[in-house]
Amino acid sequence: MTRLLVVEHLTLRFGGLVAVDDVSFAAEDRQITAIIGPNGAGKTTVFNCLTGFYKPTVGRLTLTHPEGHRFLLEQMEGHVIAKTARVARTFQNIRLFPGMSVLENLVVAQHNKLMRASGFTLAGLVGAPAYKKAERAAVDLASYWLDRAGIVGRADDSAGNLPYGAQRRLEIIRAMCTEPKLLCLDEPAAGLNPRETAELNELLMFIRDEHKIGVLLIEHDMSVVMKISDHIVVLDYGRKISDGSPAAVRADPAVIRAYLGEEEDEALPPEVSKDLGAAGVPAGS
Amino acid sequence: MAYFLQQLINGLSLGAIFGLIAIGYTMVYGIIGMINFAHGDIFMVGGFIAIIAFMVLGLLGITWVPLALLVMLAVAVAFTALYGWALERVAYRPLRNSGRLAPLISAIGMSIFLQNYVQLLQGARNKALGTPPISGGITLMDSAGFSVQLSYMQIIIIVSTVLLMAGFTYLINTTTLGRNQRACEQDMRMARLLGVDVDRTIALTFVMGASLAAVAGMVWLLYYGIIDFYVGFLAGIKAFTAAVLGGIGSLPGAMLGGLLIGLIEVFWSAYFSAEYKDVAAFGILVLVLVFRPTGLLGKPEVEKV
Repeated sequence: MTRLLVVEHLTLRFGGLVAVDDVSFAAEDRQITAIIGPNGAGKTTVFNCLTGFYKPTVGRLTLTHPEGHRFLLEQMEGHVIAKTARVARTFQNIRLFPGMSVLENLVVAQHNKLMRASGFTLAGLVGAPAYKKAERAAVDLASYWLDRAGIVGRADDSAGNLPYGAQRRLEIIRAMCTEPKLLCLDEPAAGLNPRETAELNELLMFIRDEHKIGVLLIEHDMSVVMKISDHIVVLDYGRKISDGSPAAVRADPAVIRAYLGEEEDEALPPEVSKDLGAAGVPAGS
Repeated sequence: MAYFLQQLINGLSLGAIFGLIAIGYTMVYGIIGMINFAHGDIFMVGGFIAIIAFMVLGLLGITWVPLALLVMLAVAVAFTALYGWALERVAYRPLRNSGRLAPLISAIGMSIFLQNYVQLLQGARNKALGTPPISGGITLMDSAGFSVQLSYMQIIIIVSTVLLMAGFTYLINTTTLGRNQRACEQDMRMARLLGVDVDRTIALTFVMGASLAAVAGMVWLLYYGIIDFYVGFLAGIKAFTAAVLGGIGSLPGAMLGGLLIGLIEVFWSAYFSAEYKDVAAFGILVLVLVFRPTGLLGKPEVEKV
């Protein structure tokens, strides 16, 4: 296993407010790394630093592709991060292109290949064979993912007209169409019903196992986090308070204190352990 | 009847020119939500470049009309596109993240700048083409001493507008660049995250708008045979009105709005009074905005809570 992403001493200050305070962690290739923490813990801010929305005040973000290329994300522009470092992300609120068709949403994500093949539009205008071929390949990749997400029948509908759960999955497969090395998902299960959550879990595990990329996941829904993540990082008030396997994190007194405000030595309230048990996590440890 | 038909032809020709300019307004508005008030002056610059190219060709002794026109067109489009690109680079890109008012003021500033720039370099007097390169036409019908003329110039205007519109619709709907433009229009930050070079896409939008304005400027020059540094102001405002009338942000809307403004203006001058033709055009705009604020083909903006 290579260390796909190494975050070292990441700090982001907005004036006097410290949104992220000296956070270091690593995410492995072919693993799902979850970042959890109470609201306002700085999880999304970490994502924003990774994808170039914010420039970190201090810290180094190193992304190493499995074939050895190394990128310092904190020094790169947003669209360059997406294009050359191959980091893709989704948002808490759905940000599809609602007025474009489902297929077009997926083809836009592959525009770098197409732009090259089309000789920056000119060859595309005259319909050169190389461009036609690239376009067919783009549509093929799109249909492969549509099939995976179970929305192949709705390829020509406007993205805005899909049901909520399908929009969530479309967002994820759109990110996958950029052929990323690291996929950052910001609360993909928010607002999903249990059946849609199960479909989401399946899609994420498929991405990890079959496409062999790293997934970074922000999620509140513990039935997702505990079931699919290989590694969990816990943030609270911008600091990292725990880091380890799901079982280790779940038992960490610091995590329990952050979530429940309990004393260290007190046990989880029964209804909480029951919930966690229902989520497929062995109760107690 | 003959009189009506003649006015219809005139109105469609004028409207086609307005439509070509209006597309530039509507495309820029679509992508960055800003009215590029200097667009009318880009149109004027296009006309001037065309007349300069015409003069130079005359000096070189190239008088075969089709060749001269093609060279004029190529030169006008290339240089005007360069102006459009520079305009975006200098006046709008540095203000990309500074709210809506600053680029608007900057646009008005660029408009004043371009007018004065052309006035200083080319003089304040009209520039005339001299003998029009394209003259003559077809007499469609002759009734009661009134003959309906469809001039070759009008045929060129209408045919080239239709071709350009078809080309642009194809470009926007099917090419990678067009898809990127629509993606930027809907969610610029998300498009950037998917690796779309948003700055380049916006710059190309300005270049495309300016190219169409150059065609409009050249056609205007050939149609009226005369151009001055101030022509962009009123033509620009009319084309902007056309874009709003058709529904700003919509390409077919811009074309429809342009045709309507052209027709309204011509028919009003023909049947009522030529002095009040602008009042008529803008009066219709007011009515449309009162009863259909998103314009004729604009989509109503749905605010989701």
